[in-house]
Amino acid sequence: MAARRSNSDSEVHRRKRLKNYAVLAALIAFMVLVYFVAIIRMSGG
Amino acid sequence: MSDVSLNVGQISSAAGGREELRDYIALLKPRVMSLVVFSGFAGLIAAPGQIHWFLAAVAVLCIAIGAGAAGAINMWYDRDIDAVMARTRGRPIPRGRVQPSEALAFGVILAIFSVMLLGVAVNWVASGLLALAVLFYVFVYTVWLKRRTPQNIVIGGAAGAFPPMIGWAAVTGGVSVESIALFLIIFMWTPPHFWALSLYRAGEYEKVGVPMLPVVAGRAATKRQMLIYTLLLLPVALAPSLFGFAGLAYGAVALAMGLLFVGCAIKVLREGDAAGDRAAKQMFGFSILYLFVLFAMLIVDSGASGVLSVLPGGMG
Repeated sequence: MAARRSNSDSEVHRRKRLKNYAVLAALIAFMVLVYFVAIIRMSGG
Repeated sequence: MSDVSLNVGQISSAAGGREELRDYIALLKPRVMSLVVFSGFAGLIAAPGQIHWFLAAVAVLCIAIGAGAAGAINMWYDRDIDAVMARTRGRPIPRGRVQPSEALAFGVILAIFSVMLLGVAVNWVASGLLALAVLFYVFVYTVWLKRRTPQNIVIGGAAGAFPPMIGWAAVTGGVSVESIALFLIIFMWTPPHFWALSLYRAGEYEKVGVPMLPVVAGRAATKRQMLIYTLLLLPVALAPSLFGFAGLAYGAVALAMGLLFVGCAIKVLREGDAAGDRAAKQMFGFSILYLFVLFAMLIVDSGASGVLSVLPGGMG
């Protein structure tokens, strides 16, 4: 019973960790995107 | 032993991650998105004027994400009927792979993100049109029309017709007769495209109470309507050549493809109910090819100057 709960907890944690990494990757991509957009807009593009 | 179990755990974790990623991508309706992106890109290329290639890429990305976000919200709202229909029961929410609230949050966040980024990076006219397209798809089509009227596809189809207009506005900063012509091509194309599908899926729509035209008005009336729309589409599809932002090559291909589309509709009209809707399935497949070919020709034939302006090095 305890082992099953532990497995289910680790599965929840794994899903959460994966989701957090995905959000981190999206935020970094967004920052890079906004950086280049700002550079282009400031240079009159 | 522990190393082996760790490796197995890592492999299954990676596979699970990929599957989860696939579920979230499925929420964005990637097949619909490909047509949306392509028509948006065509509008961007066909428009007179110049745009930096990176900003053009951002505009296409925003159109894709905005369309995907609307698809995710649509899947959240329609999760009850999606679970019943064979065509949609494999979607992530009915399968229990993604929680409905997560799908809704995913869609809303991506919609806001795409609209704001398009406004900041490109211009607010294109951004406003993208917001209008998303809101129209969610509130007018999904919430209001889809379960109430057989004209759901006719009016709701406007949402899918916005992308080339958004691409055009990204370059020109406005709306013009030419971009409205591009809008009208997809607007007139959507009913025969979707009714071809609904002819051989009528039973499923009836089961979930969605009043698609074959369910409400019957198969014969639907087939007549499909022919009328393909006939109306024929001159509308020639508009880019008539307005001068596409050449004769586009016009010739649009005419040929339009006549073939009308031919498909006549074949559907003549096909008896016992034939198993083979003509309707063919027409559905051809309708996708029709739009891809038309917008591909628009890209090729709308003028090389437009293409040069968006390619790297075209403008600093």
